[in-house]
Amino acid sequence: MSREITYAQAIQEALGQAMEADPAVFLMGEDIGVYGGAFQVTGDLVHRFGEDRVMDAPISELGQAGVAVGAALAGCKPVLEFQFSDFATLAMEQIVNQAAKLRFMLGGKVNVPLVMRFPAGSGTGAAAQHSQSLDAWLAHVPGLKVIQPSTPYDMKGMLLAAIDDPDPVMVFEHKLLYKTKGEVPEEAYRVPIGKAHVAREGSDVTIVATSIMVHKSLEAAETLAAEGIDVEVIDLRTLRPMDTATIIESVKKTTRLACVYEGVKTLGIGAEISARIAESEAFDYLDAPILRLGGAESPIPYNPVLEKAAVPQVQGIVEGLRNLVTGRT
Amino acid sequence: MSALRAVKANARPFFQRHSAGELKEALRKMYLIRRFEEGAEEAYMRGLIHGTMHLSIGQEASAVGSTMALRNTDYITSTHRGHGHCIGKGADPKLMFAEFFGKEEGYCRGRGGSMHIADVATGNLGANGIVGGGLPIAVGAALAIKKQKRDDVAMCFFGDGASNEGAFHEALNMAAVWKLPVIFVCENNKYGMSVSTERSMAVANVADRAPAYGMPGVIVDGNSVADVAEAIAAATERARKGEGPTLVECKTYRTRGHSRSDRNRYRTKEEIDEWKAKDPIPLFEAELIAHGLATEDEVTAIRISAETEITNGIEYARTGTDPDPNEVTRDVYSSGVNS
Amino acid sequence: MAVEVILPKVDMDMATGKISKWHVREGERVAKGAVLFEIETDKAAMEIEAPADGILRNVLVGEGLSAPVGSAVAYIYAEGEAVSAAAVKTEAPKTEALAPTKAAAVVQPSSSKDGEGPRATPLARRLAKEASLSLSNISGSGPRGRIVAEDVRKAAEKPVSAPAPVLAPAQPDDAIHKLYQSGSFEVQPVDGMRRTIAQRLTLSKQTVPHFYLSVTANIGKLMAARESLNASAPRDAEKKPLWRLSINDFVIKAMGRALQRVPAANVTWAGDAILRHRVSDVGVAVAVEGGLFTPVIRAVETKTLAAISQEMKALAAKARARKLVPSEYQGGTTAISNLGMFGIEEFTAIINPPHASILAVGAGVERFVPVNGQPVLATQMTCTLSCDHRAVDGAVGAELLQAFRSFIEDPLLMLA
Repeated sequence: MSREITYAQAIQEALGQAMEADPAVFLMGEDIGVYGGAFQVTGDLVHRFGEDRVMDAPISELGQAGVAVGAALAGCKPVLEFQFSDFATLAMEQIVNQAAKLRFMLGGKVNVPLVMRFPAGSGTGAAAQHSQSLDAWLAHVPGLKVIQPSTPYDMKGMLLAAIDDPDPVMVFEHKLLYKTKGEVPEEAYRVPIGKAHVAREGSDVTIVATSIMVHKSLEAAETLAAEGIDVEVIDLRTLRPMDTATIIESVKKTTRLACVYEGVKTLGIGAEISARIAESEAFDYLDAPILRLGGAESPIPYNPVLEKAAVPQVQGIVEGLRNLVTGRT
Repeated sequence: MSALRAVKANARPFFQRHSAGELKEALRKMYLIRRFEEGAEEAYMRGLIHGTMHLSIGQEASAVGSTMALRNTDYITSTHRGHGHCIGKGADPKLMFAEFFGKEEGYCRGRGGSMHIADVATGNLGANGIVGGGLPIAVGAALAIKKQKRDDVAMCFFGDGASNEGAFHEALNMAAVWKLPVIFVCENNKYGMSVSTERSMAVANVADRAPAYGMPGVIVDGNSVADVAEAIAAATERARKGEGPTLVECKTYRTRGHSRSDRNRYRTKEEIDEWKAKDPIPLFEAELIAHGLATEDEVTAIRISAETEITNGIEYARTGTDPDPNEVTRDVYSSGVNS
Repeated sequence: MAVEVILPKVDMDMATGKISKWHVREGERVAKGAVLFEIETDKAAMEIEAPADGILRNVLVGEGLSAPVGSAVAYIYAEGEAVSAAAVKTEAPKTEALAPTKAAAVVQPSSSKDGEGPRATPLARRLAKEASLSLSNISGSGPRGRIVAEDVRKAAEKPVSAPAPVLAPAQPDDAIHKLYQSGSFEVQPVDGMRRTIAQRLTLSKQTVPHFYLSVTANIGKLMAARESLNASAPRDAEKKPLWRLSINDFVIKAMGRALQRVPAANVTWAGDAILRHRVSDVGVAVAVEGGLFTPVIRAVETKTLAAISQEMKALAAKARARKLVPSEYQGGTTAISNLGMFGIEEFTAIINPPHASILAVGAGVERFVPVNGQPVLATQMTCTLSCDHRAVDGAVGAELLQAFRSFIEDPLLMLA
């Protein structure tokens, strides 16, 4: 049975179903209990599952991350909510040195089955320290899996898959997506981690987009379709492990590639995608240089005009793609 | 020896609580730790072991005194100076050597080395290369214990230096707020690498910090197995009963340098000699003999048996299996996923 | 897969090239980078290196034959690789010359770098390879002339004209032959250089409106300065003087300085624009067996007489050996043609496009000239400047010649 719910509701539903199914699953974070979470994602889960399973934690991001690691080592499946993804910087030690590496350092003799959820991205006027997209940071670390679902359907399915996963999974949730709606089945289902999704088929150019940029790219694709440019949009969904095969197949078909992402352009996910295509058999199918549309080389500004200017917008995607396809770049 | 006997011979609960067998086993573990580290040091100097290592020679009483009453289902998180904790918790020295030699037979299949030595089967969640890294992890393990309604404990070893890390304060606060079964064991060996506690802390003791988080802070002679074990017993009992965490500060000393590259420029030979005179192993031997729990001959036999085990362990490790370079990414993920 | 050896484009307005010599014979082994053959372009001879290691086979264009730029002239096979003779030799070579209009219609693909292949996308490269098309023959519609897949597809749809080796000696005009008694003449085939000279100078004389200005300069001081400079030239280890300045070296220098003084004359006509040049690049005609070359001395105004002299000697030697590379003879705004050594007192020269002028320099001649009413013996030299009236008007040309004379008559000024 499917109905329309929001992205935030999809997360809540997944969390609730995971906790119902497995007593080892518990939630931890700041203000996720009676407050319902800074973005009302956990909502009233505390009333259903109690404070022991929907745990408000002290404002100690490093400590919480370490607690999640320890609990995971000892048989629990913690799901940790960061209030903003920017606060991952406070917990980097535990995420990067411990969660990501323990299994490897211990010769594969342990698992660290935890999930960390990161509300990310700009567009809320929260300025430089509450608007970053740090997904590529974490995707750089072997041992972590990094996902960025863009629709309520994928969110629910991938979050459930993440909770099942024996390895640490980092979930980046764009804050502007929380209120977006989509068809979501009521029952529990899984969307596999590590598989990209062709969100729109096209023949002239491939866009690989992440998170909210999938929607902006789809909108741009409609505009371009009216001009006779047929855009294929791939929703990458998982940054690590990356589904390179889907991108290669698409580029072989369309002969052109653009990467659209909100994180800072330089050394971002677009660089990795571009390099993989340049290294792959798809190289010989490229009929134009690869285009990257990423975040500006600046922190996210407060002023709303500047804030918009700092990340790719639909108009910019349309222009970039138009130039790419008509041979002006 | 007779003066010592006079001081220590008075009945202490520690010597009544444990059987002679248990106490002799504790002595044997102290010898294993000492000889293990001496053997590792020698192998390092011969170029058989690469990287670096942090020796705990002089700190065996806190390692053994803390762990002797733990069960396999209790957890420990350890530090970069963790060989003693690992043996104390029940690890097999030959598999530790195999790890030091980088072999597949090693506890971490050659991927971790000295600084990440772990033995998950005996509840050792691993040494840690990050100062303070294990503190919140122990709290998490304790949280799991509580959620799983077990009466196990999580013991968290750390040094005086780690108590200046943010992770220490966050971990103590959370353990106390949630009344978790954690025993924070601070091995205060006076120096965070080269900087003394006097120069890095404005309070005299690490234990002074515990009350600020609402938990007891106990100070013991870290070179006395009995002192350490008695304090740990009380803390463990409290934890198992669900009364929350305790911090036990063991005042001790490492007679070797911080790591293999230490030139001992920050402390005097007199200070080192003063602590060598308080070597925990002869101290404990004397106590066992004074209490009539072991004879001189038994003590000698224990030492020789430990030495034999270490010699055999090194031999075992030397002939172990070298990892296949093609398997460098094995065990990064559970399911053979890559990049 | 055999590696195609193509006739490379080595000069900007080059449409065909003649292979003057193969350094490697069919069936011989060749190493990548070794000299494989020489081509005589419209202007010079160039050595072409082998693009791969292997055995040279299927030589399609023999010595003395021409082929269009970009066409295959041979293949290099890997050791032991089967020779697919059929694939490359089925089409009979066509004998008609490549029509010039057709060659001109080929949009010159821009090169990513001098001497490297044309700019093309990876897909275009792959498609061209699969269709056995040479990228050099495909015009690029993308930015900076980049060849994209669509360009290759369009090129592939055109009827394939096999790279047709062209017999070099173009058929002489029968009508002219018939004016002379058969057997009374030898037919000397026109080579690339000769044809270029013919075409360019015809074009120049027919399309460039020439006008001429003459001036006679006293060169007494110049000769004295030359003698003194040559006498005081330092000696090298073998006691040879480091320089021996010629009068022409002074002429080059004077022209370079004069162009700086009259920048309006340092120009080239470019159709809808006049290019005003900042430096004085002066061409110097060098007679060689069967024709002439005009290598260019760059930024003359910045160079000493000794440097000019040395450079000129080196360029003249290369010209005579036909080893000039395009960068050594392209460009410039003027040229100097000196026939003084033949005793020619004065003459006019045809402008070598795209230059805007050319200076014809005569011999130094002793004459009595009146000084204060008395005849005084002086050495004089007459120079005639041909100007392209499209770019240089009479007054500007006169100014240039005046400035030139002032430097020639008082060479010390060149030092100022």
